[in-house]
Amino acid sequence: MNASRSDVSVNQTPEDESASFIDISQLRHVKRRYYGRYISSILIVVVLAYIVVAFAHGQIDWKTVATFLTAKTILTGLANTIVMTILAMALGVVLGVVVAVMRLSSNPIARIVAHAYVWFFRGTPVILQLLLWFNLALVFPHISIPGLFEFRTVDVMTPFLAALLGLGINQGAYTSEVVRAGLLSVDNGQYEAAKAIGMPRLQALRRVILPQALRVIVPPIGNELIGMAKTTSLASVIQFAEMLHNAENIYYANARVIELLIVAGFWYLVIVSVLSLVQSRLEMRLARGAGRPSAKQ
Amino acid sequence: MTILVRAVGVEKSYGDFKALKGIDLKVRSGEVISIIGPSGSGKSTFLRCINQLEVIDGGALWVNDELVGYRRVEDRLYPLSESQIARQRLATGMVFQRFNLFPHMTALENVIEGPIQVHKRKRAEASAEGRALLDRVGLAHKCDAFPVELSGGQQQRVAIARALAMHPKLMLFDEPTSALDPELVGEVLTVMRDLAKSGMTMIVVTHELGFAREVANRVVFMDQGAIVESGTPEQVLGSPQHPRTQGFISAVLA
Repeated sequence: MNASRSDVSVNQTPEDESASFIDISQLRHVKRRYYGRYISSILIVVVLAYIVVAFAHGQIDWKTVATFLTAKTILTGLANTIVMTILAMALGVVLGVVVAVMRLSSNPIARIVAHAYVWFFRGTPVILQLLLWFNLALVFPHISIPGLFEFRTVDVMTPFLAALLGLGINQGAYTSEVVRAGLLSVDNGQYEAAKAIGMPRLQALRRVILPQALRVIVPPIGNELIGMAKTTSLASVIQFAEMLHNAENIYYANARVIELLIVAGFWYLVIVSVLSLVQSRLEMRLARGAGRPSAKQ
Repeated sequence: MTILVRAVGVEKSYGDFKALKGIDLKVRSGEVISIIGPSGSGKSTFLRCINQLEVIDGGALWVNDELVGYRRVEDRLYPLSESQIARQRLATGMVFQRFNLFPHMTALENVIEGPIQVHKRKRAEASAEGRALLDRVGLAHKCDAFPVELSGGQQQRVAIARALAMHPKLMLFDEPTSALDPELVGEVLTVMRDLAKSGMTMIVVTHELGFAREVANRVVFMDQGAIVESGTPEQVLGSPQHPRTQGFISAVLA
């Protein structure tokens, strides 16, 4: 079959040489024209230029922006925002992993507790939870284990602790769903292979399942971390001295509202840009053994 | 010779479906048993019961002189804890149809994971033995390769080395060549043949009748959750007595 087919084509060539034997590398290539792209890029440049000019002539005192960009209050707020982001997210991830494992456990009590946790903390606004923690003293004036310790709740429940608990525990509910999806994404054969070499469940989770689940978990967790960096600003309602709270305090005094919002916005963008960079680096490292080009970088 | 596996009337159901309807089988130390049969006949299920990836509903199963999954006190049975089950599993090594190598670990890391994490061996010592095992399956040069960089046949040989690293008394093979391209089957069978020669006790669920004929001491034909016929390869494969065995063998050879 093959031989006869090639015979036919050989026989055909002399009759029709110019049509069937062309080498595209020998001919001049005319570039395709993308008129839509040319027009839209011109439009975009015009609009951007207009916006820039508008802001330059608008009632914004850029000198004030520059001054407050590195003001001590702003930088303290920035530090508080970063610290709170990291701590609340760490709490959220730890809770998330524990709750995800509980939800997939064979223990019905663990499953119910985990389910109730997710239901409650995902079901109420985070700002309400922040207010609840901050006002916990109204419910429990004292926190104590009789004979061991006793505190007045108002002394313990500082804005910092209330923000950490409110943001971290709320985050844990969301993270647990992400982690659960990651755990479910790992092939059942991996559990069986781990069992077959004598690993108990938790060891199999730690050594075999979680490292593989991480590849699925990290991108959405990165997304949530970026969300957390900005959600910390909600803690301004309970007087936690994060960046937006401090920026507000300054503009209450000097009335430079837009300038200080620009300052805060600038720093949020910086934080998020750094976090995005960290995330993509982390994803590269976790691609180990995944067979994508990034695995070898 | 000591009896390594003793199955007495083993039953297993999934809802209304009876996957195993009373399996009786004895496997002596050093024997190589081939279980053949059509898909859905329960052969893989039985294999998975032996190392407790499935829990049996009836009958009883002893591996390495221990009652599988339970502790018996007079006429009461106490289910074993998870760590006790994990310990019982150490008597058996398992090779899966789909290899199930850990994709985030290199070939060597796959092999030494059990010895280091479960047996708490020192890394240097485990690595040396792991390299020797990979050499034994012909993959000394692939120690640092990730599973994704290996062919199916190479992955399955790593999986065999990983199981051997735990020093099992019994090796279970669940259709070890079914997921392989035809030209890669031979390299895996060669490793298994060498393993059989070294005296390892093996139970092999397989469609490779040639391998069964050549290597197995005994061939067991299963159909619809029961053992239909068993005996030497010559008996079962050469002159099968039961019509279902005859039908299966002629269909596979056709």
